[in-house]
Amino acid sequence: MKRSQNATSERRQKAAAWVFLTPALLLIGIFFFVPVLAGLVMSFTDFDIYSIGSPETIRFMGFANYQQVVTDPEFWRALRNTFYFVVVGGPLSVLASLAAALLVNAKVARWKGLFRTIYFTPVVTTMVAVAIVFRYLLHPHYGLVNQALSVLHVPAIDWLGDPHWSMPAIVLLAVWKNFGYNMLIFIAGLQAVPEELYEASELDGAGAAAQFVHVTLPSLAPTFLFVGVMTMIGQFQIFAEPYVMTQGGPLRSTVSVVMLMYEQGFRWWRMGYASAIAFVLFVIMMVATMIQMRLQGGKGRA
Amino acid sequence: MNRARCGAAFAVIAAVALLLSASGCARSGHGTTLRFWAMGREGEVVQELVRDFEHEHPGVHVIVQQVPWSAAHEKLITSYVGKSTPDVSQLGNTWVPEFSALKAIEPLRPWLAAAPFDSAAYFGGIWDTNVIDGEPFGVPWYVDTRLLFYRKDILARAGYASMPGDWQTWREAMRAVKRVVGKDRYAIFLPTNEWNPPVIMGLQAGSPLLKDGDTRAAFRDSAFRSGFDFYMSLYRENLAPSVSGNEIANVYQEFARGYLNMWITGPWNLGEMRNRLPDSLQGAWATAPLPGPTGAASGVSLAGGSSLVMFRASKHKREAWALIEYLSRPDVQLRFWRLTGDLPGRVEAWRDTALTHDANTRAFGEQLARVVATPKVPEWEQIAIRVQDQVERVVRKAATADTALADLSADVNRMLEKRRWLREKALAASGQRPEGSR
Repeated sequence: MKRSQNATSERRQKAAAWVFLTPALLLIGIFFFVPVLAGLVMSFTDFDIYSIGSPETIRFMGFANYQQVVTDPEFWRALRNTFYFVVVGGPLSVLASLAAALLVNAKVARWKGLFRTIYFTPVVTTMVAVAIVFRYLLHPHYGLVNQALSVLHVPAIDWLGDPHWSMPAIVLLAVWKNFGYNMLIFIAGLQAVPEELYEASELDGAGAAAQFVHVTLPSLAPTFLFVGVMTMIGQFQIFAEPYVMTQGGPLRSTVSVVMLMYEQGFRWWRMGYASAIAFVLFVIMMVATMIQMRLQGGKGRA
Repeated sequence: MNRARCGAAFAVIAAVALLLSASGCARSGHGTTLRFWAMGREGEVVQELVRDFEHEHPGVHVIVQQVPWSAAHEKLITSYVGKSTPDVSQLGNTWVPEFSALKAIEPLRPWLAAAPFDSAAYFGGIWDTNVIDGEPFGVPWYVDTRLLFYRKDILARAGYASMPGDWQTWREAMRAVKRVVGKDRYAIFLPTNEWNPPVIMGLQAGSPLLKDGDTRAAFRDSAFRSGFDFYMSLYRENLAPSVSGNEIANVYQEFARGYLNMWITGPWNLGEMRNRLPDSLQGAWATAPLPGPTGAASGVSLAGGSSLVMFRASKHKREAWALIEYLSRPDVQLRFWRLTGDLPGRVEAWRDTALTHDANTRAFGEQLARVVATPKVPEWEQIAIRVQDQVERVVRKAATADTALADLSADVNRMLEKRRWLREKALAASGQRPEGSR
């Protein structure tokens, strides 16, 4: 009697769970899994501009698109640029957020709420508006950045026109734009560090530096893992910053993989090829994330 | 709960009412509404011309949708895929092949049959850009081509009263200019990030750029090669600086101080030169049609510009065509030129004194009689970018001409694989028909 009552309540609970889950699952299914599957199928076809007008000209291509992706010098250039964003922009972004979090969270800091808001503002500002302002700032003749550098007797740099400087310029923009988000996560992480640990280490004679290395950093390990993985994924998918600042120029020096995919797909309408690029990037990101989890996860446990 | 349901019902009623009133609005004009897309500056200015069209055609209302050039291509294709194309649109004439391949735009032969003008009313090369496999898909609206802007005074100092018409003499004139201006200045500006000048030289040398029904690259054939070699000789002899457009901060300034003395560019620079060069130099610059390998007649240039097209899905094709006819009238074309500086596509408009009076504009008229279309394939824009990349490699000495042209051909041939397949299929289909009828 009791058991059957349990079973019915369990069944009822399951039904309720399904009712609550269905809308979300339906949305994810329609707007995520179906398009992803369609993209996967498309990546094995030569869906292009001719196919939009005459669908009968779509051909099954096997792995030809993938083969073309890995032999396309354009793709390798885009991948190199993307790795630049990941390897240079990623750590820079994490360090900037950590530094900002430490500052805002410091015991001596005043007006914490105000600074937190100020540092978070770039995250919620429209990318296009930011780009316009940054283009003014980085202007080779009239820009504030070059004028400031000229005080230090640094010759004018053509930030967005010189292929050697375009990447650093965009990395800086991306770091400035996004560090506030990770800063908030770090602040939350810092606030979760038990105060007793600091007290105990102080009693053991640890100074501020030793406290930071032996208490703060180890306690932040899970936060680091999360921030690191999310930042890396974000940097792999970088698109808006180069798109609005340089359109991939000069000399294609700022084309990222996602931008190449966008160009192939929506400028030249080589949808099959663009889909293949998307899946290659997906595999690369998955592998990179797994490596990072392995490395950082191992360190966190040790 | 009751209240919430009441609110929802009210929202639904309000939405339905809104929809009804919206459709009522569209119909209440008792006429037709035409949707016309125009790009950039043209989109701004054409509003004024369209009002007069509405006066002439009571009951027809034209909504001009201004589209920025940078987004125009995407928006047009998206509108086609989303089945919301306009009735009439301005279309860069190199986009016509693509939209005809998409089957998005209306073939115009039946409409032209009853029109007050025919292909002869336009510059031949310009009209040709709108004809795909023998079928016209667009009517030229304004035209655009490239020719030489040059420093008349410096050319005269170098001993040339006017711009030579053939390559050899032209190059000698450039050498003479170089001697006059000195080692650190240049005779001509050929930006390494532009595909137009090298493609023009190839066309001038008689290369079709693509061959076999536009399914294979012709960049390794002798015609393109001779144009390419001539073009490269200008860099090799230091007549042109090996720089991209981005590396020259202000071309007009460099033109004014004699750092660059010739420039292959388009009609928009007529106004820029007038505005940006100092007054003291206003009599010192001129334009000339491009020289060619064997004299002026071979000095062809690119047939650029915008066309007016009608979309297949339009429900008001008669009114749409009337708008195209109106915008094609010589007097309207002249008004449009006054408003924008865009050169008219109708030959008749060029008889107007306003255009023939100014020697610098007249040179464009002469050049327009000698323009040719780039290959009419949807892949052309991509191919042009590849040409530019390979030219830059050779200019920057990262590859020899042989390697660069071999790479270019291989690249382009791969891009055109689908076209070859489509052509073979079409040929096979047409080859089988006579057999079947036997």
